Amino acid sequence: MNIRSQVSMVFHLDKCIGCHTCSIACKNVWTDRKGAEYMWWNNVETKPGAGYPTTWEDQDKYKGGWEVNGDGKLRIKSTGKLRVVPNIFHNPHMPSMDDYYEPWTYEYEKLFDAPEGADQPIAEPISMVTGKKMSVEAGPNWDDDLGGSPIYAANDPNLNGLTEEQKLQLMSVERLVFFYLPRICNHCLNPVCVASCPSGALYKRGEDGIVLIDQNRCRAWRSCVAACPYKKTYFNWFTGKSEKCILCFPRLETGQAPACFHSCVGRIRYLGVLLYDAERLEEVAKMPDDELVEAQRSMILDPHDPKIIHEARRCGISDDVIESAQRSPVYKFVMEWKIALPPHIEYRTLPMLFYVPPLSPVQASQNGDVVTHTSENLFHDIDNSRVPLKFLANLLGAGHEGPVRYALAKQKAVRWHRRAETVGDVDRELADRMLREADCSREEADAIYRLTSLCTFEDRFVIPPMAREQAIEMMKDPLQEKAETGFGFVGGMRKGL
Amino acid sequence: MTQHTFDQFLFVGLPYVCLVIFFLMTIYRYRTQSFSYSSLSSQFLENKQHFWAVVPFHYGVLIVTAGHLLAFLVPRSILIWNTHPLRMFILEVSALAFGFLTLLGMIGLIVRRLGNPKVRAVTVLSDWVLFALLLIQVVLGVSIAVFHPWGAGWFSASLAPYLWSVFLLRPDPTYVAAMPWLVKLHVILAFVIVGYFPFTRLVHVLVIPNPYLWRKTQVVRWYSRR
Ligand code: HEM
Ligand code: SF4
Repeated sequence: MNIRSQVSMVFHLDKCIGCHTCSIACKNVWTDRKGAEYMWWNNVETKPGAGYPTTWEDQDKYKGGWEVNGDGKLRIKSTGKLRVVPNIFHNPHMPSMDDYYEPWTYEYEKLFDAPEGADQPIAEPISMVTGKKMSVEAGPNWDDDLGGSPIYAANDPNLNGLTEEQKLQLMSVERLVFFYLPRICNHCLNPVCVASCPSGALYKRGEDGIVLIDQNRCRAWRSCVAACPYKKTYFNWFTGKSEKCILCFPRLETGQAPACFHSCVGRIRYLGVLLYDAERLEEVAKMPDDELVEAQRSMILDPHDPKIIHEARRCGISDDVIESAQRSPVYKFVMEWKIALPPHIEYRTLPMLFYVPPLSPVQASQNGDVVTHTSENLFHDIDNSRVPLKFLANLLGAGHEGPVRYALAKQKAVRWHRRAETVGDVDRELADRMLREADCSREEADAIYRLTSLCTFEDRFVIPPMAREQAIEMMKDPLQEKAETGFGFVGGMRKGL
Repeated sequence: MTQHTFDQFLFVGLPYVCLVIFFLMTIYRYRTQSFSYSSLSSQFLENKQHFWAVVPFHYGVLIVTAGHLLAFLVPRSILIWNTHPLRMFILEVSALAFGFLTLLGMIGLIVRRLGNPKVRAVTVLSDWVLFALLLIQVVLGVSIAVFHPWGAGWFSASLAPYLWSVFLLRPDPTYVAAMPWLVKLHVILAFVIVGYFPFTRLVHVLVIPNPYLWRKTQVVRWYSRR
C-alpha cells in the first residue's frame, strides 16, 4: 500500500443559491491581472446550460480526459507521449478565446471627460486584449439562470440519452427547472493535465495532493489546457504561461479555508483530508464506466482503521494529518453516507471534488383540473423529479443512475425524518420506513442534518496542518529571505521577449 | 579599410562577438528570468490561420536547419551521398522545397500577426525585428538555392571548413571570402541572428522538452521526503 493524503472537497448543490460570491472572491484574489481577466478558476454554471467554456463537457469536441484504448491501456485523449511531437506546434484540440469570451471593460473616463453636448455621455465596452471598442457577444455566465432556453440550456451535453419527452419537460416554461454547479479544479488523483505536460511543469504536491503549475517551467506548449476535461487549466495569453486554481494553498498553509470556500454564502463547501492508496491509481482509472464511482471509493481508506493508521504512518503521514482525516467532513459525505459524487468520473481523472446532488421540485401530475404531488411510491418525486435522474446521472454518475438515486433518496429520507421529529406533519412510522429504504439510520440522518444545516466553520473546514513553515526551511532560510524581496519573483514578473 | 580587415571583421570578429553574446545571455537569462522562457504561443488568441502558418514554418525551418547542421558536422556524409547525380538532384530539390515551405510559413506568420488585432496586441518590437531578420534570412537562403545551385556540394567543401575553423578557434575567412555576396550575406546574418537570439522569443528552441517521452506519466513533488 502507498498511502497518500489528499485535501478533498464537497459542494452541497442543494444549498447553492448561485450568487457567484465565490467566483468574485477568487477573481479579486488571484486573476484580476493582465492575461488572466477571462479566467474564472472558480465559476458557477446554470444547469442545464452550456457552461464555461461553452459546452466544455462535450469531449467529442474538446477531447479532454483519458480513454481506455483497444489493448486496455490508459491514454490521454488529446495528445500525450509520442503524439505530442507532431502536435507541439499547433495543438489540434486547444480551445481558443472564442470558446470562453473576450474580456472587456468600459470607457468609464468618458463619463467624466466627454465634452458638453446634447446627449448623455456613455461608456462603451472596450476589449481588454486589444484596447479597441468591441461589441460584447459572450461573457462568463452568459447563460446564468437561463434554464429552459433553447439556445443555452438545450445545448447541455448532459442531455444526451434523455428521452425527447424529458428534454421537452426541461425546456417548457411552466415546468422548467435549473440548479447551479459551482466549479473549481478538482485536484484529481489521476490528473491528466499533469500527465500531458511535455515540460513536466505541472505536478501534484505529495503532502496534500494540490495540483500546481510551476510558472518557471511552463513553456506554453499548452497541452494541459487541451487535456483537462473540466477546462480548469487556463492559458494566460499575456505571459505565455498556463495557470490554474491553486486551492489557495497559501491560505491553507496558514490554516485558512480557500477564498471561495470562506466566502461561500450558502455554506455549501466542505474541505477535509482523504487518505487513499496511490498504488491502485491506474487499475481504478481503467475500470468500466458503471464501476467507476464505486472503484474510486474503494481507493479511499478508512482513517479509523488501526491497520490503515499503522500503514499511513509507515508511508510518512504524520499523526496530525491522520487525526485531521478522521474528522474530515468529506470522508463522511463520500464514504460513510455516500451522498457526494464525483463529477464526470468517466473522464477518468479521478476528481477529488464531490457534489451532493440537488433535490428538485416534484413533478406534479395533472388529473383533470386537479394537480397532485403524491403517489404510492415513497420516492416517486425522485424518479419523477423535474430534473430527470438521467441528467444528474450523466453529470455525477458516469451515466448510471444508481449512485445518484441512492444519494437523493437518502437526502429525502433525512428531510422526512426531521419533519417527523420537529414539525410532526409526517408520520413517524412512514419516516422510519423511508430511512430503511434509503439505507439510513436515525443517527446517520441526524448527523447528515447537522452537517448540512447547522455546520459551523470548524465543521465545514478541517484543514490539516501542512507544516510548510518547516518544510520550506530545507530549501531556503526564512530569516535570510525575510529582509529580501521574498520567495517569489526577484524584480517582478515580466513577460518574456 | 582594406578588403582583408573587412573580411576579418565580418567573418572573424562578428561571429565571435555573436557567439559569446549567445552563450552568456541565454545562460544568464535562464538563470535569472526562467519565467521568460516560453514559446509565447498565440494559438489561444487565433486558432485558424495558426495551423497554416506555424506548422509549415516549423517543419520547414527545422528540416532546413537540420540539413545545415548535418552538412556542417559530417560534411563527408553529404559528399558521399552526392556521388550519384540522381541522389544529389533529390537532395537539392527537397532542400529547395523545404526552403519554400519555410518562406511560405514565415510570410504566413507575418500576415497573421499583422492581420489579427488580438495577436498584434501580444507582439512586441523585438518580435518585428526578429521576423524581419528571419524573413530576410529565409529569402537569402532560397535565393542561394535558386541562383547558386548544388549547395549541398559546395557547402560541405568550403563553408563547412570555415565554420569548423571558427569553432576550433583557428578562424580562417579565406574560404568564405571567395564566396558570392548572397552567400556572404547569409553567413553574416546567421551570426547576427545567433547573437540576437537570447533577446527574443527564439529561446523556446533551447527548452524543447524531451524527457516527456520517457518520464513517468504522473509528476509528484514532495517537499519533505524522497
Ligand atoms: C523542435 C523545435 C521547436 C519547437 C518544439 C517549437 C515550438 C514552437 C511553438 C509551440 C511555438 C508557438 C506557436 C504558437 O502557438 O503561437 C513556436 C513559435 C515560434 N517559433 Fe518555434 N519551435 C521550434 C523550433 C524553432 C526554430 C528552429 C525556429 C526558428 C529559427 C523557431 C521560430 C519560431 C518563431 C519565429 C515563432 C513565433 C511564431 C508566431 O507566433 O508568430 N522555432 N515554436
Ligand atoms: S480538474 Fe483538470 S486541472 Fe484540475 S487536476 Fe483535474 S485534470 Fe488537472
